[in-house]
Amino acid sequence: MSESILALYVFVLACFIGYYVIWGVTPSLHTPLVALTNAISGIVLVGALLVTGLEEAGLVASSMGFLAVLLASINVFGGFLVTYRMLSMFKKKK
Amino acid sequence: MDFVLHPNHQAVAYLTSAILFIFALKGLTHPATARRGNWFGVLGMVIAIGATLAGSEVQSYGLIVAGVGIGAVIGIVIALRIQMTAMPQLVAALHSFVGMAAVLVAIGTFLNKRAADALDPVLMGELSAGIVIGAITFTGSVIAFAKLQGIMSGAPIKFKGQHLLNAGIALATLALAVHFAMTGSLLSLVLMTLLAFVLGGTLIIPIGGADMPVVISMLNSYSGWAAAATGFTLHNNLLIIVGALVGFSGAILSFIMCRAMNRSIINVVFGGFGSDGGGGDSAGAVAAQKGVKSASVDDAVYWMEDAGKVIIVPGYGMAVAQAQHAVKEMMELLQARGVEVKFGIHPVAGRMPGHMNVLLAEADIPYDQVLEMDEINSEFQNTDVALVVGANDVVNPAAKQDTSSPIYGMPILEAGKARQVYFLKRSMRPGYSGVDNLLFYQDNTSLVFGDAKDTIEGMVAALKGGGH
Repeated sequence: MSESILALYVFVLACFIGYYVIWGVTPSLHTPLVALTNAISGIVLVGALLVTGLEEAGLVASSMGFLAVLLASINVFGGFLVTYRMLSMFKKKK
Repeated sequence: MDFVLHPNHQAVAYLTSAILFIFALKGLTHPATARRGNWFGVLGMVIAIGATLAGSEVQSYGLIVAGVGIGAVIGIVIALRIQMTAMPQLVAALHSFVGMAAVLVAIGTFLNKRAADALDPVLMGELSAGIVIGAITFTGSVIAFAKLQGIMSGAPIKFKGQHLLNAGIALATLALAVHFAMTGSLLSLVLMTLLAFVLGGTLIIPIGGADMPVVISMLNSYSGWAAAATGFTLHNNLLIIVGALVGFSGAILSFIMCRAMNRSIINVVFGGFGSDGGGGDSAGAVAAQKGVKSASVDDAVYWMEDAGKVIIVPGYGMAVAQAQHAVKEMMELLQARGVEVKFGIHPVAGRMPGHMNVLLAEADIPYDQVLEMDEINSEFQNTDVALVVGANDVVNPAAKQDTSSPIYGMPILEAGKARQVYFLKRSMRPGYSGVDNLLFYQDNTSLVFGDAKDTIEGMVAALKGGGH
């Protein structure tokens, strides 16, 4: 099995997990859900780190990597923090 | 750094992080577990980034530290300062960043691999997917942001041959992607990237401002698929898993939003109804002509203060008027008089999924008083007063009665079944669907004209005065 096929396995199975987990989310938290998925899709930061961190990376590649690191970091920090802010507002009666 | 994480240990760290992300999303099943879920997410991210930095592939740290530092400051400042009414814009902006980051990572990877002479058609095919999805996500989100922020009109932009043009651009992009994958031509790569950026824009402009809940959900989904495609390129399973989770999250939200409007995703994507422009005000006069009753603030207060139960139906108008805090004050005054107050939320109320719930939570309204459409619809018939604040189409009985109406079949909040309906409206303008609201003409309905916030504040003052 090639690496790409293995990746496909992982992808398809993860789709099923996504399907079942997301249907369980309560509609009242749909906005925090979008914000949280914003934060965790900041995981492209990992890809950006790999591009930028390569010692032999050329000027163009490392500048692109740098910009990607910056953008993905905004997502990670901004996304988790704004989700936190929203979720702390959801309170029960009394 | 001398310490280098073994690839197997790195893989286990990534797996741990993927599991934590799943638990993070699972936490959102209930408000009580949601905050813990968010922390799981944070932990998952820390582990993922730590494992990547400690791996053998990352050797230089200067630019990384600078990038993360600047990004963190920007992200934190925005997250702390953003108003809850502006959440849809923030979310659109964050989607655009994921899209752009995916494009940059893919092109950067291409350049690095080309320098190392390690390109192959499969890799370049995966790169193309990452670039195309990322680029569409980017410009699509920028347009959505501009529409939400009011930089661009929220009205759908349509012209003849639009779908043909989109299909043409899509085909050309695909052809360039295939050519690039086979030959590695830099020119094809650049043209493909540019066309994909254009496509993101042309796909979103025909969608109207009021269909934003679907657009936001769709772009959420795209941003996930962009991350997954990046994962395929880098053979990184964590990115693939996270991408699939986020992609499905957005897809399911899109489905839920479409179902709540009784429209297919195709119908929304290819440009739906009406505009949200148009004048036609002079409220009172038009109202009288049409046989609509209008009421004063005092009339409404008179009915509400002696009511057993009041249900408030908020819509986008409440967000625009920033009336949520005034609504909360009114709720407390009513409750102090023994009135039971609940809120009924339609899934597409507002500009993004769950928008109203967050605004009410911001105003400190307990979430157990805020009910979804299916939970509250059976309660309207035992309700004395339904107060509609800035909502319109979502309470229009035409959706149930008039088979010729464009919104026929859309599930609605059955506010019209309450004994008295007070409709807070700025004008007689119809809702975004452009459809006249049959509820206006019901005997038990009265319209209270004015800005939602001013009207509610007037009600608060009247309740405090208590001179009735």
